[in-house]
Amino acid sequence: MNEHDQERIDQLLKMTLPPMGAGGEPRRDLWPAMRTRIEARPVAVPWFDWVLLAAAAACLAIFPGAIPVLLYHL
Amino acid sequence: MPVLEQPSDVLRQFCHGDIDAFEALFRSHQGEVYGWIVHIVRDPSAAEDLTVETFWRIHRAHARFDPTRSFGAWARRIATNAALDHLKTARRDHDLPDDLPSRPLPDPGISEELRQKMARAFRRLPPQLRIAATLALIEEQPYQEIADALGVSIAAIKVRVFRARRFLRKELKRQGIEP
Repeated sequence: MNEHDQERIDQLLKMTLPPMGAGGEPRRDLWPAMRTRIEARPVAVPWFDWVLLAAAAACLAIFPGAIPVLLYHL
Repeated sequence: MPVLEQPSDVLRQFCHGDIDAFEALFRSHQGEVYGWIVHIVRDPSAAEDLTVETFWRIHRAHARFDPTRSFGAWARRIATNAALDHLKTARRDHDLPDDLPSRPLPDPGISEELRQKMARAFRRLPPQLRIAATLALIEEQPYQEIADALGVSIAAIKVRVFRARRFLRKELKRQGIEP
């Protein structure tokens, strides 16, 4: 592709899709949407808590006799 | 495009997750981020959503930001990645109508048929080439700024722009147009 071809492609592209210019500003205040998104964030449970829960459930499944002892101490 | 700088106190507070500092940064940079994104996606409505998405990513990554560096440059890089993800998704989701959602009117010196064929060829560009072509050839942004925003070298941008031109020429030929 020679230089003339490149210039022609550039020219056609700019004629088809004129520059957006400075881009302007958003038409609305975006902070409320941002705030909503931050506040809607689901509470994340740390992975270690899931491991503890799984270990406790496994212990109770393997040693069901421990359930009354656990309930007594609760 | 100017890259706004912030007092280091605000940046330090932002790093520690302070929501007021984040709001201050959001308000001072949203226009700049929006302007950069709208250059890439050429759709004001999508650019607004992507501006929020960009700042959401910034908010999540606050602990990784180095307050001694430029917040504006960091935000622009994240904005570019968000816009790139959008172009990839838009490309997958639908095969796009003939009319691009561009706000400026096309040049009347070009025939409607040629305009549509060029627009079709442009939409078929792979997203990485499309961003490079949009910013370099249409918006005429400096290569250094494009390279910084995409996190690649200037040479890589030049290669992408060359490939984009070659792709467009090939696509036009396929549609029966000899550029």
